[in-house]
Amino acid sequence: MSENTKKKLWDGDPMSYASGMEIIESDIMDRVLNFVRECDMAQFTDRDVQAALSKDSLNVYDYAALLSPKAGSYLEAMARRSLYETRRHFGNTVDVFTPLYIANYCENQCIYCGFNCKNRIHRAKLTYEEIDKELCSIASTGLREILLLTGESRHMSDVSYIGEAIKIARKYFKAVGIEVYPLNSDEYAYLHQCGADFVSVYQETYDPQRYGTVHPAGSKRSFPYRFNAQERALIGGMRGVSFGALLGLGNFRSDALAAGLHAYFIQQKYPKAEISFSVPRLRPYVTTDSEEIILPDAAGIKESELLQVMMAYRIFLPFAGLTISARERSGFRDHVLGLVATKTSAGVSTAIGGHEDDPKGDEQFEVADGRSVDEVHHSLISLGLQPAYNDYVWVQS
Amino acid sequence: MNDPLIIGGHTFQSRFILGSGKFSLEMTRAVIENGGVEMATLALRRANAGGKENILDYIPKGITLLPNTSGARTALEAVRIARLSRELGCGDFVKIEIIPDSKYLMPDNRETIQATEILSKEGFIVMPYMMPDLVAARALKDAGAAAIMPLGAPIGSNKGLLTKDFVKMIVEEIDLPVIVDAGIGRPSQACEAMELGVDAVMANTAVATAGDVALMAKAFKLAIEAGRMAYLSGPGRVLQDRGSASSPLTGFLQD
Repeated sequence: MSENTKKKLWDGDPMSYASGMEIIESDIMDRVLNFVRECDMAQFTDRDVQAALSKDSLNVYDYAALLSPKAGSYLEAMARRSLYETRRHFGNTVDVFTPLYIANYCENQCIYCGFNCKNRIHRAKLTYEEIDKELCSIASTGLREILLLTGESRHMSDVSYIGEAIKIARKYFKAVGIEVYPLNSDEYAYLHQCGADFVSVYQETYDPQRYGTVHPAGSKRSFPYRFNAQERALIGGMRGVSFGALLGLGNFRSDALAAGLHAYFIQQKYPKAEISFSVPRLRPYVTTDSEEIILPDAAGIKESELLQVMMAYRIFLPFAGLTISARERSGFRDHVLGLVATKTSAGVSTAIGGHEDDPKGDEQFEVADGRSVDEVHHSLISLGLQPAYNDYVWVQS
Repeated sequence: MNDPLIIGGHTFQSRFILGSGKFSLEMTRAVIENGGVEMATLALRRANAGGKENILDYIPKGITLLPNTSGARTALEAVRIARLSRELGCGDFVKIEIIPDSKYLMPDNRETIQATEILSKEGFIVMPYMMPDLVAARALKDAGAAAIMPLGAPIGSNKGLLTKDFVKMIVEEIDLPVIVDAGIGRPSQACEAMELGVDAVMANTAVATAGDVALMAKAFKLAIEAGRMAYLSGPGRVLQDRGSASSPLTGFLQD
């Protein structure tokens, strides 16, 4: 480890910004947090849920009703509506992509994450040659969309490193997305020029207090900087942004409510933006030696609750893409594709360089669905769905 | 009955334009055959030349490709996609689709007029998708459009001809083929549009969301033909609710 990473990690007020973090003018965070604070999920009645489901276009209260405990009794009706909306907007098409983890160095102490900088895992970062080799190997499976991921270390995987990785990816892939630490808008603009068009940043939890607890140190501790990442990415010229909460980290209903509202307000402010969601649930991870961590909802989110969240996203924002994670078992993934999810990963490894024989670094979380691209392809066809490997065209000059 | 549809100097017997991309690619041939389709749109963004599930590989030879610029949010982006389409060997037809709105997928008429002007000068046969507005349709004609494609209702809504009165203005005033695109959800709605005097109908979601997509394609074919025949035959007079007064209002005249 170098000098810089030995420096004391930032541990300021989680509702403030560390130095160097761009502050944009936006009221979206306040609007989301205020709404969630004042919304009592327990107050929704059968009538509210039925009213929401009978509407052509749902307002924010209808959306909250669909996430309420009461709506748990309406899963079948929500599923019928979800299927209708998914078919109407996406037909039977399912986009297929894969993630590539290029580095797992991290300067944060997210207590729930396998990449936590205190964890004694095998750290690594791929060289440009290794990235090229990995991407070439992935491209040979027929995939045309790639998501590049790093751990959250500005020092070990800086913006220019990510930029070079994107340029290499553009040689083999039509669509390139990134899931890296939040950046300033000029940095997003640079990565966009390098060839990336999609940005995923997950807020983990939208409860500021909980957020501060689970992010004790590191730049990720700044709640507002992370919250405004999608907006900065769009200002930087990116086409699409993805939203999500790590379900189980906080109250999953409030977190899903906040994630949906976040996306809704962003689309209103940036009507061109392509919006999508991911719905990760907490998975087993390597714990730190020194801390006993209590995660109240961890592993407590049932499949029925996960599906309720996915269907609420679909019915509220029917045009939004929804990616189903390889954290989920194949039996669940197969059934939600076409019904509510529109995108799936295939041939996933979360280890660094995991697509060649010997991974160079440890994995972030365990994958429940390790099927290859061919296996996912045949499974989709047998489900009557149409895999799409390319659904994107780069239009920059 | 010899009643061809002529677009940009190309002659078609079928007036059913099929949208692809919302149903299984392996169904494409059956849908095209059942629908008697001669022209099919495809999103260039779905093209995957030399790769898996390339939409271009599934459209039978002899079908005229109508590549669309789906994914474009500005005129310049549409122009780039159109040029890319030509490079890929998709021909000179292009359906301009400029959508700066990810929620309702509403087209931008102003940008569409600009793109039409640029692409028609480059020799494309330009078929612009638009929000039905007579003034914008005139501008599209002046910009070199080969046909006008007004929407019947929001894309994918299957709501039918919600814009009927505005489409009718375009049919009456613009001397170009008018093709209703988007919103047509049932064969009866396609028939209604054809009766109005629209020259062709495009459908995708309505076919794709049917239980039997090939059979639905055939239903659309027949409905479109029926509507066309009705239009050509000159529909009889249908009394509106105002009806005819039983005693003439002009009986006082002494010529």
